[in-house]
Amino acid sequence: MHELSICRSIVDIVNRNAAGREVRAVHLQVGQLRQIVPDTLVYCWSLVNDDTPLAGSTLEVESIPAAIRCRSCAATTTISAPVLVCGSCSGTDVEIITGEEFLLTTLDLAEA
Amino acid sequence: MGRFHQHDDDHGHHDLDDKGDHSGYATGTERIEVLERIFDENDRMAAANRADFDAAGVTAVNLMSSPGAGKTALLRHTLERLQGCVRVGIVEGDIETSIDADRLDGFGAAVSLINTANGFGGECHLDAPMVRSALPRLPLAELDLLIVENVGNLVCPAEFQVGEHRRAMVYAITEGEEKPLKYPVMFRSADVVLVNKIDLLPHLDFDLDAFYTNLKAVNPNVPVIETSARTGQGVEQWCDWLSNRRHG
Repeated sequence: MHELSICRSIVDIVNRNAAGREVRAVHLQVGQLRQIVPDTLVYCWSLVNDDTPLAGSTLEVESIPAAIRCRSCAATTTISAPVLVCGSCSGTDVEIITGEEFLLTTLDLAEA
Repeated sequence: MGRFHQHDDDHGHHDLDDKGDHSGYATGTERIEVLERIFDENDRMAAANRADFDAAGVTAVNLMSSPGAGKTALLRHTLERLQGCVRVGIVEGDIETSIDADRLDGFGAAVSLINTANGFGGECHLDAPMVRSALPRLPLAELDLLIVENVGNLVCPAEFQVGEHRRAMVYAITEGEEKPLKYPVMFRSADVVLVNKIDLLPHLDFDLDAFYTNLKAVNPNVPVIETSARTGQGVEQWCDWLSNRRHG
């Protein structure tokens, strides 16, 4: 359940950036190589924000597929399992190019 | 707040009865760009911890595993072997109780316990601020090696840097061959994997080759040491790994 402490970190970032304005939605990008469960995150969001000014806000999670690039043949492979093998030459000397994101991208705030 | 993205359009009057707005909000919504990594705060603190370790000439190792894989039992052997040649400090993470910290008593190591219970039922991992809070109770300047024994958990600790230089993972062969595929983040982040309880191999339907195939799939080049806290197998090699990572 690290989603709970993660939500507290998100709250800190949101409050700092919203600077007192009403927050309607918080947009995140979560890479699929992260062991962060979007549904759990959304549940924890309501839990940590109960009775706070963020109680009415929603957490919108965009899941980012994982992709690797092979250092031997330069092919790019989108992977659905965490197996780091080039889809083209089966090489294992690969680098992860997407899938490890964990970002707060944008906030939807009430216009003043 | 320089981060705010200013809209040039339509900052005019918004009427409650505005027919064009079906959001149910009394005012319009403005989207601002933030682009902050969620772990920035933790990672900043981890960097501060690492700077303190570097300044004191201490190598920090984050020791992770599932519950019951044998971290503490292995650590007892480790401390016994290193006693007198490497000065070791331990940060011991535990949701509740000091049982593991007590088990490490008497081996000449400085132990700082963190209980992660926090009213929500306890954190499942150590993060950088928690480790920082444990540092004042350790004589860093008098240490060579700091082992952070994380909370037993294959998921959460992998996501949080605590300021370590290297990550070591203890895996017990009683956990099954498929674990690297189920918990790839931790297996991938490890700089060494200790394959523990290896003395049980003759008694289990455990396919060691299948495990290594799975491990290589997620972390192709990770070094592996087969260990047993019961027989002491591999402990010397593990201590060499720890010692070789020490600062000159």
